[in-house]
Amino acid sequence: MEKGKNFVVGVYDEEDVLLEAVGKIRHQGVKINEVYTPYPVHGLDDALGYHYSNLPIAGFLFGLTGTILALTMMIYTLGFDWPMDIGGKPYIALPDFIPITFELTVLLCALGMTGTFFVASNLKPWAQPKMFDPRSVDDKFVLTVDLAKNASMDAIALSGIIKASGASEVSTKTME
Amino acid sequence: MQVTSSVRPPLVTNGKKAKDVTNDICKQVEGKPSLAWIVAFTISVITLIYGGYCLWTTWYEGIGMWGLNKTIGWAWDITNFVWWVGIGHAGTLISAILLLFRQKWRTSINRAAEAMTIFAVLCAATFIIAHMGRPWCGHWVLPLPNTFGSLWQNFNSALMWDVFAISTYFTVSLVFWYVGLIPDFATIRERATGIRRSIYGALSMNWDGSAKTWSRYEAVSLVLAGVSTPLVLSVHTIVSMDFATSVIPGWHTTIFPPYFVAGAIFSGFAMVQTLMLITRVVYNLEDYITINHLESMNKVIVTTGSIVGVAYITEFFIAWYSGVPYESYAFINRAFGPYYWAYWAMMSCNVISPQLFWFKKVRTSILWTSILCIVVNIGMWFERFVIICTSLHRDFLPSSWSYFTPTMYDVGDYLFTFGLFFTLFLLFAKYFPVINMAEVKTIINSSSEKK
Repeated sequence: MEKGKNFVVGVYDEEDVLLEAVGKIRHQGVKINEVYTPYPVHGLDDALGYHYSNLPIAGFLFGLTGTILALTMMIYTLGFDWPMDIGGKPYIALPDFIPITFELTVLLCALGMTGTFFVASNLKPWAQPKMFDPRSVDDKFVLTVDLAKNASMDAIALSGIIKASGASEVSTKTME
Repeated sequence: MQVTSSVRPPLVTNGKKAKDVTNDICKQVEGKPSLAWIVAFTISVITLIYGGYCLWTTWYEGIGMWGLNKTIGWAWDITNFVWWVGIGHAGTLISAILLLFRQKWRTSINRAAEAMTIFAVLCAATFIIAHMGRPWCGHWVLPLPNTFGSLWQNFNSALMWDVFAISTYFTVSLVFWYVGLIPDFATIRERATGIRRSIYGALSMNWDGSAKTWSRYEAVSLVLAGVSTPLVLSVHTIVSMDFATSVIPGWHTTIFPPYFVAGAIFSGFAMVQTLMLITRVVYNLEDYITINHLESMNKVIVTTGSIVGVAYITEFFIAWYSGVPYESYAFINRAFGPYYWAYWAMMSCNVISPQLFWFKKVRTSILWTSILCIVVNIGMWFERFVIICTSLHRDFLPSSWSYFTPTMYDVGDYLFTFGLFFTLFLLFAKYFPVINMAEVKTIINSSSEKK
């Protein structure tokens, strides 16, 4: 066999069959590598035991950075660097600073969170995606099991479990 | 397994399956452009070139090419700017606010509506840059260190708030739209070969559709929707403050922010309707953009149109009730002065015409919808013109009283943005998936007809 990891790949036709299958397969002590779906399947992350993403925390921190940046910029420029008398208002007129503070909070939150998402999920334009089955971005649900991580079972046993869980096709595949 | 509900009609008709969604939407991207597309694109580009000439002249010679005078310093430029920004608001409303309210019907139209937002904000920005007179100094609006001091911007000014609001709005809308496009680009990538595969491959950012990525994707979408919702409300609020924070009778009113936001959604939905009516026929998407979608949008139009109508009446009432003679004069002059025709065009297009949508026959008729939506867009243009021009043309000194007549450059610059808008929209409709395939696939299992 060529170099790389060996996987058992199960293809499912329906999302509810897949959801049930994930539970059944994990119940039998099989470690699922990943499931690939054409659209977000409700409840799949729970079934796979994934925790809710921490990305909102990143979004909050980026947003906070925006708030601090905006306030610092306006207080420094108008309050200290070059104070201007505008209609007799205070140099540091905080209520007037609210709109720009809000906008920069939103801007940094959105950009920062999306950037973190791209980095965390390895989304980059120059990479060549490793697709187990191209139909997983069309209408099929693809479940993969890494043989190396399930040393207690061989490919035939794993294929049997996946087939029994309702997969319409089962195959083995080597990926780098 | 497909389930039908006795409570709601299906969102996507004709028993479409995930495979059909992929085929129906990718077909448009993969096929050769149709004759209708080529004709429309040619007209758009010709308009763009003619408008580009007028815009170039405006930039080269200065804004003296417009019909402005000493009394009326803002006319078509700011009218068009507010109109375009307002149109953009519907896209964000559909993609963000309806997502938070879990309105599943938005999935068929959000992609095109968001694209419309981005292109409309670009058109709006054209007027912001053009009305500066010296567009090459446009970066002076940004707080960059400079050789004058550093002399900084006045962050107390609503115009500065606008700079930040519009640029943030554009950027966040673009990011939101792009994140939504990534899974669909991956679908197109897997069907394509050669150079198309590399282009869509790069656009799809290595997307593989793993459950972990989808889980993160949903978290990002939800937060982006959460921040876009107050953002979209803030943008038109700040646009309205360009006027409301001044002391011009007719502009200086606290009702402006909610009234402008309602007007923005009103005109934006009318534009989405117009674009969707054309797209669904040209691309045979009648199963995805159904009469139910059109009806839902028409309901939004009649609601926001009524809010706008109440705002017009409230403005008039407050002008009288305040007892301020300048304010009263400004409003009586609006309705019966030299610009009476614009005022009554606005009233009939924005207040009376959308009320026809109370009738289900009208609301579900394609012909009526298309007529009324164009009428609404005309009306909303007049609203901004009425607010801006009629409030300015009667100055405090009668010797300064004036009247605005547009020149060919006013018209040409407006045409430029139409050319830009439709050129970009047509390119989008040809090369990008016009319907969010991944999201539509999530709803067909639970809501389409059983076959």
